[in-house]
Amino acid sequence: MAVSPAPRFGFRNSVAQKLRQWLFHMPWTWRITLGYLTVMLFLPIAAMFLKASTEGPVNFWRIATSPVALATYNVTFVTSILAALMNGLFGTLIAWVLVRYTFPFKRLIDASIDLPFALPTSVAGLTLATVYSNNGWIGSLLAPLGIKVSFTRLGVWVAMIFISLPFVVRTVQPVMQEMEREIEEAAWSLGADRWQTFVRVILPPLFPAILTGVALGFSRAVGEYGSTVIISSNTPFKDLIAPVLIFQRLEQYDYSGATVIGTVLLLISLLLLLLINLLQAWGRRYDD
Amino acid sequence: MNSQMNNSKAAPSEQKSWIPAILIVVAIAYVSLVLYIPALNVFIQAFSKGVGPFFANLTRPEFLHAVQLTVMLAAIALPLNTVFGLCAAWALTRHRFPGRAFVLSLIDLPFSISPVVAGLMIVLLYGRQGWFGGWLQEHGLNIIFAFPGMVLATAFVSMPFVAREVIPVLEELGSDQEEAAKTLGANDWQIFWRVTLPNIRWGLLYGLILTNARAMGEFGAVSVVSGNISGKTQSLPLFVEDAYKQYETEAAYSAAVLLALLAVVTLVLKEILERKTRIKDVE
Repeated sequence: MAVSPAPRFGFRNSVAQKLRQWLFHMPWTWRITLGYLTVMLFLPIAAMFLKASTEGPVNFWRIATSPVALATYNVTFVTSILAALMNGLFGTLIAWVLVRYTFPFKRLIDASIDLPFALPTSVAGLTLATVYSNNGWIGSLLAPLGIKVSFTRLGVWVAMIFISLPFVVRTVQPVMQEMEREIEEAAWSLGADRWQTFVRVILPPLFPAILTGVALGFSRAVGEYGSTVIISSNTPFKDLIAPVLIFQRLEQYDYSGATVIGTVLLLISLLLLLLINLLQAWGRRYDD
Repeated sequence: MNSQMNNSKAAPSEQKSWIPAILIVVAIAYVSLVLYIPALNVFIQAFSKGVGPFFANLTRPEFLHAVQLTVMLAAIALPLNTVFGLCAAWALTRHRFPGRAFVLSLIDLPFSISPVVAGLMIVLLYGRQGWFGGWLQEHGLNIIFAFPGMVLATAFVSMPFVAREVIPVLEELGSDQEEAAKTLGANDWQIFWRVTLPNIRWGLLYGLILTNARAMGEFGAVSVVSGNISGKTQSLPLFVEDAYKQYETEAAYSAAVLLALLAVVTLVLKEILERKTRIKDVE
């Protein structure tokens, strides 16, 4: 790329020369970094986009918006956002309790919040499917109420809650620790009640962190495969999620189908990554 | 004035009454429902028929093969990602250039890509119809439905951890010590071994532990590229799912216990390292 034909303009020439110089005298740390990124990340993504582009826009749209695909997006995105919001609420509460109060086994509970990061997803799916099945520890309590969790959309939701819990807690916790309690005490001494203090003083600086945590959890839940595939019955139009649909398409050697839905998921995770970066930048506005 | 004074004192002391208690109970109840009960269930199910059947499951040849494969996957992905992570961290913290923030978020990409999509991309590159598929087939090399594909998938999903843990440490450290060593005549290797590495060791170790946990536990990406052939391309997480689907719940739970123990060890080491780095912060 750098050894392109001689450019006509002096400016371009100097840029090309600089690029060439840099490529030839690149430090070896850069060579390894770029080489590894190329093999592991750039090539695979390029392969995916090129394969998707061979479909042509009409065909792409037809596969991407087929009824089965639409139903799986519905299950995947609605369930993920509901799981992420649930954790937004309870994750903030857990972070608050861990930062502000002292109680027995606090350190143990704090350390165990990362369990979903460390526990392999197939194990999570296996045990959640058992615990929330009709004769499981929790499922058997819900069954008489007519609530079926395992092998339904509700089960997918539970699995997504499990894997996205740490994101909210771990994003909100450091921000809470940094907050100065003097400001709250000032609000109290000025006559604000507990609720006013919470809404006007505590929540505003926390809000970007909570949203970032929710977005991170959502992004993880959308892509989740291991735990959801086990707890779900993987029935189309009922509880089939998008990653499982990709897997099924691949098993049927339907590479175009898998690629199109895979590209949709990839584009959505890229958008979410952008959103998370913007949210984090927004959160830093309180830093100075 | 007086009443206001009372009010200001009442609020913090009231804080110690029933509201914290309720919040603590709700938080613990939620964490129990979501995390502890399922985690406890793994151990109880595994030993529900006693220790005998548990060990009988652990000596099955497919199981032993799965363990071996999982260890091998981690043993290859770990050094690869460590070399990459250290180089990337070094390159990104010691140079400022346009688009640096972009490259930084690129490194995180494997975390936001669905593991199934990661597996699919590897299939599109190395599969029968893939870019390199024809060439590979001519030379008799199998990547998809074979060990190399599983290595690629494992390395992909566990790629960012080392870089991510080392970058903030290097950033905070600055390059003063390294430059001092350089002026004193140390070469690049000496600087790395004697100056940089001792400073980043806890961050690096932390990254290694997380990489290892993810590499040993990865399911989605590996499952797409492996073909899941029992005794051949079945890692431990795949064994868990396969046994469960074959209604061999006890075998599934015996393997799950092993992976759950891996998770516990990971959390314990993580906690120890966090305390170590916190102590350093105080100093």
